[in-house]
Amino acid sequence: MNDPAASGTASKPPTLTQRWWLRVRSQPEWVCTPLMFVVIFGGWEWYVNTYQVSELILPAPSKILVSLYDGLANGIYVKALMVTLQAIVLGFLFSAAMAFILGTLISQIRLLEAMIYPYVVALQTLPKIAIAPLILVWVGLGIESKIIIAALVSFFPMLVNTIAGLKSTSSDKLELMLALTASPTKTFFLVKLPEALPYIFAGLQIGIVLAVLGAIVGEFVGSKAGLGYLIIQMNYTMDVSGMFAVLVILGVMGVVLNTIITLLRQRIIFWQRTDVSAI
Amino acid sequence: MILCRAVSKYYETLEGEKIHALADIDLSVADGEFVSVVGPSGCGKSTLLRLIAGILSHTSGDIFVRGSQVAGPRRDIGIVFQTATLLPWRNVLQNTLLPVDVQGLDKNTHTERAKSLLQMVGLDGFERKYPFELSGGMQQRVSITRALVHDPAVLLMDEPFGALDALTREQMNLDLQRIWATAKKTVFLITHSISEAVFLADRVVVMSARPGRVLAEFKIEFERPRSLDVMGSPEFGQLVTKIRRHLMVAGVLD
Ligand SMILES: Nc1ncnc2c1ncn2[C@@H]1O[C@H](COP(=O)(O)OP(=O)(O)OP(=O)(O)O)[C@@H](O)[C@H]1O
Ligand SMILES: [Mg+2]
Repeated sequence: MNDPAASGTASKPPTLTQRWWLRVRSQPEWVCTPLMFVVIFGGWEWYVNTYQVSELILPAPSKILVSLYDGLANGIYVKALMVTLQAIVLGFLFSAAMAFILGTLISQIRLLEAMIYPYVVALQTLPKIAIAPLILVWVGLGIESKIIIAALVSFFPMLVNTIAGLKSTSSDKLELMLALTASPTKTFFLVKLPEALPYIFAGLQIGIVLAVLGAIVGEFVGSKAGLGYLIIQMNYTMDVSGMFAVLVILGVMGVVLNTIITLLRQRIIFWQRTDVSAI
Repeated sequence: MILCRAVSKYYETLEGEKIHALADIDLSVADGEFVSVVGPSGCGKSTLLRLIAGILSHTSGDIFVRGSQVAGPRRDIGIVFQTATLLPWRNVLQNTLLPVDVQGLDKNTHTERAKSLLQMVGLDGFERKYPFELSGGMQQRVSITRALVHDPAVLLMDEPFGALDALTREQMNLDLQRIWATAKKTVFLITHSISEAVFLADRVVVMSARPGRVLAEFKIEFERPRSLDVMGSPEFGQLVTKIRRHLMVAGVLD
């Protein structure tokens, strides 16, 4: 009904404003999403200015932007970002690889499952963050301790998802492979693994968020560099707008990391497209 | 080709209760013969097919396929299940070639064979399409090519066209008759449709309600190749009625 081609009169083509209006009506998010942004940050700015809120409690968005610019310009943010990013990526990759290998072994070998899985369940409920100080005692203040903490914190959801995925193979497909006299290895690679990929990627998406958390907490507990270290330093000097600026960087980094995994997921699990473009 | 002698099957349920699924099945399918099985729902047709395929073990009796006792899944059998069960991450050609990959057969010769099979079921030009891009009938046709690609002597089919609309189903029946005639397979087809059974088969086996037994067998002697017009003939109608009577006795209220 709202189809522009159908509603437009045959005699004269719609004017620019008409077309724009039709566009907005069919896809309101094009206007509403930026509008929401303006409302939130405009309201924030207005509130802070009107009520004279102290910069030490809640700095205005404009102040944060200035801090962000300064920090980026003199390079300290980028340097800190590189340190933290390295800890996150290395910890995450190591953890993902271990989760995949161990998850595969646990899901495919009955005995291993009986031996290891109880510990997995027990450890899963433990707040891994609580081990951070211990790791620092063992490994020291360097980046190694952050890598280990990031890996530890992100490990369990990825492990559990790998196991769940590899155990969720539909019985139809297993019966098919049985009838074809497939070996366990063939069944694993041809059916179980591809069928588990949606679960595994869901695990990776949770894992990357937790790896960020782990690295930052590790830096809070004790470090000499990184974004978490920067936040602690700024806390001492009461540089609240600087802290907010670091949070912005953390947020952007999180979105970028998550997007990378989402894109990978869409490429690899191409048969599960949910984003088939609307007509 | 297929021989069942006094085959029985009990299932054990989760509560430990025993379910008598099949009782004293005596059945034989000759080399190159097309046999259809009809019977009330839950009478053990799928169970019988799984026993013959060797993916389920029977409780007593003997099952032979091509002269050797069935003791497990075997490579000289092709199976078409009720649902197409294609692998969504493989395209049509790769799905057809699944048995080749699983069994480590020669890829080159079988790719040619797969392509000609796909042509035979009217899917040429669809080799690179993925299952989610196909209709239900097309998916089921792919599963038929998959069952045939490794050139098994025996083709077992479990209600392969149950999910299709009547028109597609008739077309598939014609296709299947053609495939059977050209590929010279021994076919064991389970179906809910009496007319489908009569149209396709050399012999129709009627099973009783659970525990499933063989109630009666009917030889079907219409000339081959049969066209859909056969279904309109009085002899066809009489046969269908006769088989339906047997099924009513067996306990199906159609
Ligand atoms: N794994 C199982 N455990 C216990 N009982 C089972 C199992 N599989 C099948 N049965 C029982 O065995 C009987 C025969 O089942 P089967 O699937 O062979 O029937 P069917 O003739 O193929 O029915 P339909 O025409 O509806 O497909 C059914 O009554 C069912 O309840
Ligand atoms: Mg069945």
